[in-house]
Amino acid sequence: MKKKLYNETIYRVLIIAIAIFSALFVGAILLLIAKTNPLKAYYVMFTEPLSGKFGLTEILVRAAPLMLVGLGIAIAFRSGIINIGGEGQILIGAIFGTFIALSFPDLPTYILLPFIFIASFIGGAIWGGIAGWMKAYLSVNEILSTIMLNYIAFQVYMFLIRGPMIDPKELSYGTGVPQTALLSKNAWLARIIPASRLHAGIIVAVILAILVYIFLWKTTIGYKLRAAGAEAKAAKYIGVNVKNYLVLAMLLSGGFAGMAGAIEVCGVHHRALESISAGYGFSGIVVALFGGLHPLGIIPASAVFGLLIVGADMMQRSVTVPASIILAIQGLIILAIVSSQIFFSNIAIKEKIMIKLKLMKPGDKDDS
Amino acid sequence: MILDFIIGIISAGIPLAAPLLLAGLGEMFNQRAGVFNLGVEGIMLMGAFVGFLVVLTVGSPVLGLLAAILVGAIMGLLMAVVTVKFKAQQGISGIGLFMLGWGLSGTLFRVYVGGITSIEGIKSFSFPLLGKIPIIGEIFFQNNILVYLTFMLVPISWYVLNKTAWGLKVRAVGTNPQAADTLGIKVERIRFQCIILGSMMAGLAGAYLTIAQTHIFADNITAGRGFIAVALVYFGRWKPVGIMWGTLLFSLAHAMQRSIQVYGINFPYEIAVIIPYLLVIVVLALSYKSQLLGPVALGKPFIRGSRE
Repeated sequence: MKKKLYNETIYRVLIIAIAIFSALFVGAILLLIAKTNPLKAYYVMFTEPLSGKFGLTEILVRAAPLMLVGLGIAIAFRSGIINIGGEGQILIGAIFGTFIALSFPDLPTYILLPFIFIASFIGGAIWGGIAGWMKAYLSVNEILSTIMLNYIAFQVYMFLIRGPMIDPKELSYGTGVPQTALLSKNAWLARIIPASRLHAGIIVAVILAILVYIFLWKTTIGYKLRAAGAEAKAAKYIGVNVKNYLVLAMLLSGGFAGMAGAIEVCGVHHRALESISAGYGFSGIVVALFGGLHPLGIIPASAVFGLLIVGADMMQRSVTVPASIILAIQGLIILAIVSSQIFFSNIAIKEKIMIKLKLMKPGDKDDS
Repeated sequence: MILDFIIGIISAGIPLAAPLLLAGLGEMFNQRAGVFNLGVEGIMLMGAFVGFLVVLTVGSPVLGLLAAILVGAIMGLLMAVVTVKFKAQQGISGIGLFMLGWGLSGTLFRVYVGGITSIEGIKSFSFPLLGKIPIIGEIFFQNNILVYLTFMLVPISWYVLNKTAWGLKVRAVGTNPQAADTLGIKVERIRFQCIILGSMMAGLAGAYLTIAQTHIFADNITAGRGFIAVALVYFGRWKPVGIMWGTLLFSLAHAMQRSIQVYGINFPYEIAVIIPYLLVIVVLALSYKSQLLGPVALGKPFIRGSRE
C-alpha cells in the first residue's frame, strides 16, 4: 500500500516536471525570438534572486500578495468559479484600505491596520461579489464579467488617485503624479528584516493560508463550498443552496485579492499609486494552479513565482530582455498545467504510462 | 450641429466595429464547434504586433495582414492542442493564451521597435461619386477596404455555417459531439479546424487595429476588445447577423464616448472610458436567457465513449 502511494507520487511529480519543462522549453524559443540567450536568461532568473539578501527578501515581498490572490482564486476555483478579476479586486481593495488609512491617520497601529485590512477585504469582496451574484442569478459568464470589472476597476482607481484622492503635494508642486498622499506611519506594516523591503505582510499571508485550509477542509461551510464546486447537482441533493455558495465564494475570493491590495499599500509603497498591482491578479492564477488549488500548496507556489518575478526583473537588468517576458512564460505554464490534468483524470492513460514506467503492474487496479 | 454630431458618431462607429466583428465571427466558429476560446485577446495582441512590425520593416500592408493571420493560426493550433487533444479546461487555457500573447507582444515590441512609431498602413478612401453623396456617402462610402471585406464576411459566415456540409458538421459537433462521432464525423478534426480558423480571424482583427485603425502599436493596445468580441458572440446568440448588430451597437457607444470627449462636454475621462466595459456587462446580464440557445456542448471537452 505504501509502495503504491510512493509510486503515485513519483508519477505526479514526473508529469508536473514534464509540463513545466515543456513550458520553459517553449519559453526558451520565445527568448531566442527576443534575441536573448535562453540558457543565460534562465540561469539569471532562477539563481540570481537566491544569491543574496536583497533577492531573498524581495522574493518574499512578492510572495505575500501572490499568496493572498492565489488563495482567493483557489477558493473560487474550488467552488467551480473561474475568477479572473484579481487585478480589479486588488485595486479596489487597495483604494478602500488607503481611504481608511488617510481618514484615520492617528489611530494606533493595532487598531488601524486591522481596520484597513477589513476595509480592503470588503472592497475586494464587493468587486468579486458583483460577478458572483451575476453568475448565480443572471447566469453571466464569470470570466467575461470579471475581466470587464478589471478594466472598470482600473479606470475608477486611476480616476480617484488622479482626482479626488491625489496627494495635495502633487497639486501644489504641479507634478501631478497620480498617487495618494503618504500614509501615516501608524498604517505601515512593520519591516521584519532591516535594510530590506520585507514586511510583516508575509506572516499575515501565511496565517491566512492556514485559516483558509481549516475553513475549506475542516468546517461545514467549507465542505459545502467545495461540494458545490465539485458536483453542483449532487450538492443540491444534500441541501446546499448552490447559488448562495457561489456568491459566497466570490465574496471571499475578491476579499482575499482586496487584502493583497492592502498588503502592497501598507507594506511596500505606503500609498496608493498607479502600478500597485504589477500583474498579481494574473500571476495569482498561476500560483493557485501550481499550488494544486490547495492552501498549503499555494504557500510554496507563491514563493516559486515570487522568485520568477524577481528573477525576471534581474534578467531585465543583466540580460536586457524586457521583464514582460515573464508574463508570457506564466501563460505557457498555465497552458502546460491545465494540459497535464488529463494524465491524472484519465485513468486509462494514467495506467498505460505507469505500466510503461514500471510504476505499476498490468492488472493492478487504480482506485485513486 | 446635432445632425453633424450624429453623423460623426455613425461614421466613426462603423470602422470601429470591424475588428470586433472579425474577432467575433471567428469566435462564433469556435463556439459553434463547442470550444470557448478566450485566448482571442492574446491572439489579437500578437496579430496587432506582428502586422505592425511587418508593415514597419517591409512596408506592405498585405504582407502584414498575412503575417498576422499566420501568427493567429499558430496560436490557434496551440489552443487546439491544449483544449482538444489534452482536453484542458477551456476558460483557464484561454487566459493562459491571453497572458502569452500579451507578454510576448509587449516584449517583442520593446526588443524590435522600442518606442512609439507610426506606420503608413491602410488608409480609408472615398468611393468616386458615391462618397460625395451627402450623409450616406460620409457614413458608408469613405471607409478603408477592410471594413467592406469584414462586413461581407457576415453573409459568407452565415452561408458557410448553415448551407454547407462543413457548417453542418460544425453545428453537429457543437451540439452533440457523441452523436456526430457515431455518424462518422471527426469531432476533434472539426474542432481543430474551427479553432484555427477563428484564431486566424482574431489575428487579422488585431492587425486591423494597428494597420488600418491606429497606425501605431502600444503595449496592450487591444484594451479588452478580444474579450468584448467573445461577449458579443453571446449577445448575438451565435448568429453572424446578431453578432454584427452587437458589434455595431457597441462601437457606436464607443464612438459616442469619444465624441463626448472631443466636444469637450465636462465629463471625467476615466468615467467615459468605462462606458464600453459597463455596456458589455449589461449586455451579458440582459442576454442571459439567450444562453439556452447556445451550442449545447460549449465548453465541454469531447471524450470518446463518455455519455455526457
